[in-house]
Amino acid sequence: MAQAKKKRTEIFALGNEAVVEGALIAGCTFYAGYPITPSSEIMEIMAARLPRTPEGVFLQMEDEIGSLGAAIGASLAGRKVMTATSGPGFSLMQEHIGYACMVESPLVIVNVMRGGPSTGLPTSPSQGDVQQARWGTHGDHPIIVLSASDVQECLEMTVRAFNMAEKYRTPVILLLDEVTAHTREKIFLPEPGEYEILERAVPSVPPEWFKPYEDTARGVPPVAPIGAGYRTHITGLTHDPMGYPTQRPDEINTAMHRMFRKIDQFFDDIQLVDEFLTEDAEIGIVAYGSVARSARLAVTKARERGYKVGLITLKTLFPFPKPSVVALARKAKCILVPEMNMGQMSREVKRVNNGATRVRTINRVDGSIITPSEILKSITQV
Amino acid sequence: MSKKAKMQELNRFELRLSGLGGQGIITLGKILGTALALGHGYYVTQTQSYGPEARGGSSRADLVISSHPISYPKTENLDLLVALSQEACNAYYRYLKPNGVLMVDTSMVANTPTNVYKGLPFTTLAKDKIGLVQTLNILVLGAVTHLLPFAGQRRMKKAVEQALPPKIQEINIKAFNLGHREAAKHFGDAPAVWLEAEEMADAEEDTEHV
Amino acid sequence: MSEVTQLIHQYLRHNKKFPHVLCPGCGHGIAMGSIVRSVHAQGWSKDDVVVVAGIGCSGRIAVYMDFNTVHTTHGRALTFATGIKMAKPEMHVIVIMGDGDALSIGGNHLIHAARKNIGLTAIILNNNIYGMTGGQCSSTTPTGDFSMTTPYGQLEKSFDIVELARAAGANFVARGTAFHAQQLDRIMTTAFGRPGFNLVEVFTPCHTQYGRKNKFKNPVEMYKHISKTTMPLEAWSKLEPEKRAERTPVGVFVERDEPGLEERYMEMKKKLLGSAQ
Ligand SMILES: Cc1ncc(C[n+]2csc(CCOP(=O)(O)OP(=O)(O)O)c2C)c(N)n1
Ligand code: SF4
Repeated sequence: MAQAKKKRTEIFALGNEAVVEGALIAGCTFYAGYPITPSSEIMEIMAARLPRTPEGVFLQMEDEIGSLGAAIGASLAGRKVMTATSGPGFSLMQEHIGYACMVESPLVIVNVMRGGPSTGLPTSPSQGDVQQARWGTHGDHPIIVLSASDVQECLEMTVRAFNMAEKYRTPVILLLDEVTAHTREKIFLPEPGEYEILERAVPSVPPEWFKPYEDTARGVPPVAPIGAGYRTHITGLTHDPMGYPTQRPDEINTAMHRMFRKIDQFFDDIQLVDEFLTEDAEIGIVAYGSVARSARLAVTKARERGYKVGLITLKTLFPFPKPSVVALARKAKCILVPEMNMGQMSREVKRVNNGATRVRTINRVDGSIITPSEILKSITQV
Repeated sequence: MSKKAKMQELNRFELRLSGLGGQGIITLGKILGTALALGHGYYVTQTQSYGPEARGGSSRADLVISSHPISYPKTENLDLLVALSQEACNAYYRYLKPNGVLMVDTSMVANTPTNVYKGLPFTTLAKDKIGLVQTLNILVLGAVTHLLPFAGQRRMKKAVEQALPPKIQEINIKAFNLGHREAAKHFGDAPAVWLEAEEMADAEEDTEHV
Repeated sequence: MSEVTQLIHQYLRHNKKFPHVLCPGCGHGIAMGSIVRSVHAQGWSKDDVVVVAGIGCSGRIAVYMDFNTVHTTHGRALTFATGIKMAKPEMHVIVIMGDGDALSIGGNHLIHAARKNIGLTAIILNNNIYGMTGGQCSSTTPTGDFSMTTPYGQLEKSFDIVELARAAGANFVARGTAFHAQQLDRIMTTAFGRPGFNLVEVFTPCHTQYGRKNKFKNPVEMYKHISKTTMPLEAWSKLEPEKRAERTPVGVFVERDEPGLEERYMEMKKKLLGSAQ
């Protein structure tokens, strides 16, 4: 992503602060939210920064349902929008996530995961919302879920989240955990123009010809923002290419398949992973978020002791990066999946592994991060 | 432009600042982290206690400092534990490495778990010598700066100035200097294991233009 | 009459498949006519009007009108509308909700939109029932009345929308009915031209779900009932206090002129950006 090698501005920032930097770089001009630990810094910094930008609007809403509602409204009016929350708020947002999928509204939702269920562990890390991010809203739908494991990545992945949201006209969920969000680190702020910033496609035809949900080669119809003279109808009911409600099986089928296809056919572009010493790995680790950092240190230490270990850090969680994980499973004798839940990503690993190699899980749900020593111990036991 | 002196090589130096809420521990952690990351050019991760833990009266900030990118951001085995309360001292002493250093505020910590420690009455000094107990954290920063062979005084002070509002900068710099002086007088040098490159840090300090 | 019909046709979507979903005698259609006439009276361009609707029979009327239309989720229309207005303050935002929509599931959003005084007009089509889902009670079903979920009579009290909106801080609060169409036009036209949060409650009969369960023979009976039980606010205020309970006042209850949230926000931004230079 980064190209220029000039001396860039460095700041010592929290993961949550880096998310805001990323959002502003990506062109976010609208934020609506409701405070919740451990995501609140994102909201507080947005409250201070956005009103000082020419177009920026910040809103505190009465709850997370309203926050996502307002964000979708602003997105329909042409803005790049974001909201951030944690478990309880993310649960409240689910209906509107489905709405955003259905009307194909580009937006970014950051969920800084904390221990659950319910109020759970407000200040402790967890990765318990992974499958909820994928399947939390009702009905069949494609969605993009990203994650970040360090502060620089918080910035980068936020930019990517916006870009993917715009490119594929879809909500994108960025899953962070409390450790990543609340760690301070030195990061580089990219120079203007250093990152490619994508914008949603807008109609190139006059209003009389425009069909708001017509299929295109990419499967992504252009969006006419509210007030641009196109006077479209937007509805959460299943709709025909004109955007009007339909119950005709042929129209429903076409619409649903296009929605899946617009993501499916770009897996290569969407599925991001980071590989570390995987070429000759006999033991593979698949991790994401802050746990991937523990895993990296464990891999380094294990290599010093002669174990051939490699690590795949998932930056995209969904659509699940099958090709990379399958390749690792083919060469490794065993795959370890450490995560701060009872086994949510390991389900995906087992699914694509399809019995080819042994998959062992390392799970922790006590509000503590999985340490490098724990992973190292599992490596030596394999 | 200054000639870039070589930094002391560090491989995960782990440090914990701990004590009571209201002692300015988080600010201390942020300033120390900022100075080491931006001023000195180290890789630094800083984490801290949040929420109920932070509100229940205790406070904690952890730093990992390294010459190389840091994978695991939290501390596992401490090289330096700064304890500004008895509770913190009791709770965290066991996380020290065998050669790790314990530094305490002797006006707050009556019983240390070991005889080998570096102690100064920071709170009393802040109250009596500076006349403002809130400068406690920066006083501690001065002492820590003396102890860390890879930390440069001038860059620390610059970070203090950048972090604090102008009105209270002067008094805090005074506190920093006092902390540094007192530590030099009573603590002696940094432990041998940390020392290797003290000269280099000094050399670097000399060539720097602020 | 033909003039009125013609006018409505100017504002209907011609590429939308009819027939519509409303039952014969439903009051919602009358309210829609009133919205169209009032937009016309304001002289607004269709491009500058956005109609945001909730879920219910009431929410379904958005699709027929040739404006920017957004059919949102049950109870949350005001939150979408708030986002749209803040993102594009120059748009004229009209929100259409049912009573269940606005007051039961969406009650929290309603009071907060009023408190924020966000610049839009909220129209609540109050038929005292959940029409779309088959006649369950709503938070405006009168005590003692019957519905699918109060087969032995409603025990709870009902909300007074006007008083609720007044207390929550709305700039403008009015009540009209589907029976008094011309008065409704006047109320809506006034509401559309004003700053801040404007709320219009409209009594609209639902014979299909409410009337049948509460001894109304046909829709006409329901319109007659509305005519008999309502009274202009001015006349109502002059009644003896003990007689007031028999009638419901209609008219304009609150008229304040405080600037909408979006205006105050732009002011703040101007100051901040000015000081930055
Ligand atoms: C979250 C959610 N809960 C329930 C429903 C089902 N539902 C659809 S419309 C409706 C009630 C509509 O009543 P009202 O708002 O009074 O409008 P009307 O149909 O009477 O115009 C309900 C409960 C829904 N769509 N969404
Ligand atoms: S059910 Fe009632 S509210 Fe719904 S369309 Fe029929 S009459 Fe109108």
